[in-house]
Amino acid sequence: MNTESRDTFNAAAPLPLRFSEWFAGRGWQARPHQLEMLRTAQAGRSALLIAPTGGGKTLAGFLPSLIDLAETAGNGLNTLYISPLKALAVDIARNLDAPISELGLDINVETRTGDTPAGRRRRQLSNPPDILITTPEQIALMIAYGDMDRFFAGLKYIIIDELHALVANKRGVLLSLGLARLARLAPGACRLGLSATVAAPETLSEWLMPQAGQGGQKAELIFGAAGAEPDISILKSDERIPWSGHSARYAMSDIYKAISASKLTLVFVNTRSQAEIVFQELWADNEENLPIALHHGSLDVSQRRKVEAAMAGGKLRAVVCTSTLDLGIDWGDVDLVVNVGAPKGSSRILQRIGRANHRLDDPSRALMVPANRFEVLECEAARSAAKAGDQDSEPPLELKRDVLAQHILGTACAGPFAPDDLYREVTAAWPYRHLSRTSFDAAIDFVSTGGYALRSYDQYAKLKPDSGGLLRLAHPRMAQAYRMNVGTIVEAEMLKVRMISDRRRGGRRAGARSGKVLGEIEEWFIDQLVQGDTFIFAGQVLRFEGLEEHSALVSRAPASEPRIPSYQGGKFPLSTYLASRVRAMLADPKSWHLLPDQVRDWLSIQRWKSVLPEADQMLIETFPRANKHYLVCYPFAGRLAHQTLGMLLTRRLERIGARPLGFVANDYALSVWGLGDLSAGIRTGRLDLAALYDEDMLGDDLDAWLIESSLMKRTFRACAIIAGLIERRWPGKEKSGRQMTVSSDLIYDVLRSHEPEHYLLKAAWDDAAAGLIDVHRLAELLERIKGRIVHKALDEVSPLAVPVMLEIGREPIYGDADDALLAEAADQLIDEAMRML
Amino acid sequence: MIPDLTGALFVPDYSAVLVADLHFEKGSSRAHRGVHLPPYDTRSSLAALKTVLATYKPDRLISLGDSFHDQRAPDRLAADDLAAIRRLSDEMDVTWITGNHDPALPQTLGGAVMDEVALGAVTLRHIPQPCAQDEIAGHLHPTGIVIQRGRRLRRKCFASDGTRLIMPAFGAYTGGLNVKSAAFGGLFAAAKFSVWMLGRKAIHKVGSRSLLGE
Repeated sequence: MNTESRDTFNAAAPLPLRFSEWFAGRGWQARPHQLEMLRTAQAGRSALLIAPTGGGKTLAGFLPSLIDLAETAGNGLNTLYISPLKALAVDIARNLDAPISELGLDINVETRTGDTPAGRRRRQLSNPPDILITTPEQIALMIAYGDMDRFFAGLKYIIIDELHALVANKRGVLLSLGLARLARLAPGACRLGLSATVAAPETLSEWLMPQAGQGGQKAELIFGAAGAEPDISILKSDERIPWSGHSARYAMSDIYKAISASKLTLVFVNTRSQAEIVFQELWADNEENLPIALHHGSLDVSQRRKVEAAMAGGKLRAVVCTSTLDLGIDWGDVDLVVNVGAPKGSSRILQRIGRANHRLDDPSRALMVPANRFEVLECEAARSAAKAGDQDSEPPLELKRDVLAQHILGTACAGPFAPDDLYREVTAAWPYRHLSRTSFDAAIDFVSTGGYALRSYDQYAKLKPDSGGLLRLAHPRMAQAYRMNVGTIVEAEMLKVRMISDRRRGGRRAGARSGKVLGEIEEWFIDQLVQGDTFIFAGQVLRFEGLEEHSALVSRAPASEPRIPSYQGGKFPLSTYLASRVRAMLADPKSWHLLPDQVRDWLSIQRWKSVLPEADQMLIETFPRANKHYLVCYPFAGRLAHQTLGMLLTRRLERIGARPLGFVANDYALSVWGLGDLSAGIRTGRLDLAALYDEDMLGDDLDAWLIESSLMKRTFRACAIIAGLIERRWPGKEKSGRQMTVSSDLIYDVLRSHEPEHYLLKAAWDDAAAGLIDVHRLAELLERIKGRIVHKALDEVSPLAVPVMLEIGREPIYGDADDALLAEAADQLIDEAMRML
Repeated sequence: MIPDLTGALFVPDYSAVLVADLHFEKGSSRAHRGVHLPPYDTRSSLAALKTVLATYKPDRLISLGDSFHDQRAPDRLAADDLAAIRRLSDEMDVTWITGNHDPALPQTLGGAVMDEVALGAVTLRHIPQPCAQDEIAGHLHPTGIVIQRGRRLRRKCFASDGTRLIMPAFGAYTGGLNVKSAAFGGLFAAAKFSVWMLGRKAIHKVGSRSLLGE
């Protein structure tokens, strides 16, 4: 809550004396946007404040509450503050303590998150605090209680922090439905949204307000003053910039020097594996023994809290972190942000840069460190975008069927409801403003009986109509199930990483589980490992020893060459906006003067060994490597679109007998490999590239692929959990044995073949088309490259191909290649008669 | 004997098709608790079974136990699924071997209900008996895992050491258990056995030494 400022304030202050004295006493002045928020809220109107980090946003949100509560505290719930992060909730509460005690106010602030003990949660409901700091999930849980009218009756302010981040995911969608309910429970409350700078502020101001039937209301838009222009540089290293990879090892001594010259540095990376590597490398170089810590989502919570506390206490010089520190308040006085790897988007990098120097008047200092040569291009593009202040933030999500289903069940938990009323309420939420009554009824049907067309579960319905035409919950235990299942965060299935002692190495026994838990890791990653494989986790090299229930057992390994976990590259795809900037730069040698010599050399070698495509062309290279044949193309359309393209290409290649084995995609390129000779296929005309990349792949091939896509199955699983069809797996509560649970993959297969139009399949398809498979962007790509494909057959990998070749594909291909592999695995002694007895 | 891609086994000498662990109505088994899984697993399994029967045109069909997921499963069958099951015994000799999930079965299904069936010298039963020879059983839902060229492949499989055979689970909602796990311990002599993994278009024999544990 930094509000120190040399801003001049020129409007008549609506601040009560006590508050203006408090500002003055701290040498501050209330900022114009803080006062404007206050004026708007005091007039009973909702407002959306858009301001860069460090603009005193949080205080702007709370000022109306504090002033109101100075007079009225102790009369029940006055303010709800909703933040996307649990940790943030706790810190916000702590940070409110200072002004409240300095102002001599008697205001009761409490938090309510998943970690709040049940006893306190109960007490909060009967004896509410003045200000309750909470999360979207807790709002959903609270409104699912029956008798909340009195609890919310006096609510005046609903503050929603980090709105820009919330609206782009399903938690925001869930919150939008919660807000629609609050509008009924507390009609007088105004909504105060707080957001970072976004591409479309108007849309966000609509999102905040009730929509349907009320003519698209907007919240009042208030803009904070722009901060000083950030000071962004791109690392100029004397070391060689790698042609590939994401670890940025080459830059470690440069990063270390920068850390050493600053007070507190945040080193942002894109993935957990990158965080692990960078952390290790920095410590290997750490001659001064600087306190450098690690912070990412897989680490044990207590470990993360320790790091945050150490930051806040000024005990650290640097923290290597992932997006876990993208949002939220400051845990320390950061004066330098280092971004290792690709920036991915202009809004994203601006957010991160804002982490340094939470004071508007001083420029934030940032250093971008490209990990490879492609990323040099991307960093250069991002720097010019950031300088121009161009935003490419994600638009809010629309209509999510799975979230709606969850909300309907929650509504029933609160008591009997009339579908007509609920429909009206739901369509007031911005994401559902266009929801048809038919779709709404289908959702009710799904919640009630699963909504199966061919066979009914009517006798086991969860919602039953009563005599008055209201729908009521069939059994109270269904409310319990709802409470266990609430929320929209579906993690990949995780395994605990547990250390075993050296003594037990090799001879693991069931039941022995004394070791320390280091954190959690995705099940699919562990699934790739064989006993003895080594990987980096929690800052150390570990040897995989085996699985035990829901733990991956590991031992400390001396291995100097660990097999490094590859968590599917960056989570965020390159934005369309940055991608187009990069493509233009690549195609225009005149712009290369911005690039380091090494990168210029790399592009020149590419031009000599292969081809550099013109702006309107797409290059395809084919070459053999080891005992496989590769096809690498460069669409520059982002990782998700490339993944989908990879899926469809492999289907087509399989059909023409090229026996593809797999593919990898990054933000720039796609590499497909197989057993068949692709260069020869193209030479002989058996493989027609124009036909291979024809737009018609988005028809039947796309549908056919989706049937068995594991990507689609993952998407379906998330929808099925959110919608309540299958239960979450809670740690320690896993159903044991193969008899109880049915894997979501099997459910998907059966549902797909018997009822392809089912509610949940539609939900999964919508999610996948907009998200993981990015059909829209792929369609644009295919249209763009029609008749503009340049092919080059090579003897070996080209410079441009190296980055994508080093990525490890995680998306398996089903089909003939599997059988080819199984056939290879088959014993040489195979008995053709298949005699078994 | 001919293993089928679906997990069924055809025994030409006796003109018999064997399947194990159909687990009919697993999907509806928790509907009364509000878990509304797609109630289509029985018809999926029946459709696969129909294809197998059309291929081999056997005189006998023998289901090796756990044909129904629970005791009340037969009552939950959709009318058309029940009719399809009854039709089986019109067309051939049907034997339902009892399993731990379905220790008793109603007469309405058609066919005979037995605890064990002898096929020549070979005994068919649900749960494999320790030290048994010449036995075909189900119950364990065997799957095998191999790694080939960096890819990890997990498939349902037949498992045999030449003296006994364990069949894969046939049902649409049935999962699998790694043949290297403790539940299979002691069943095969000296851990020397082979699995026949169900690929997409072919079945692949793999020696137990090439298989991975969990």
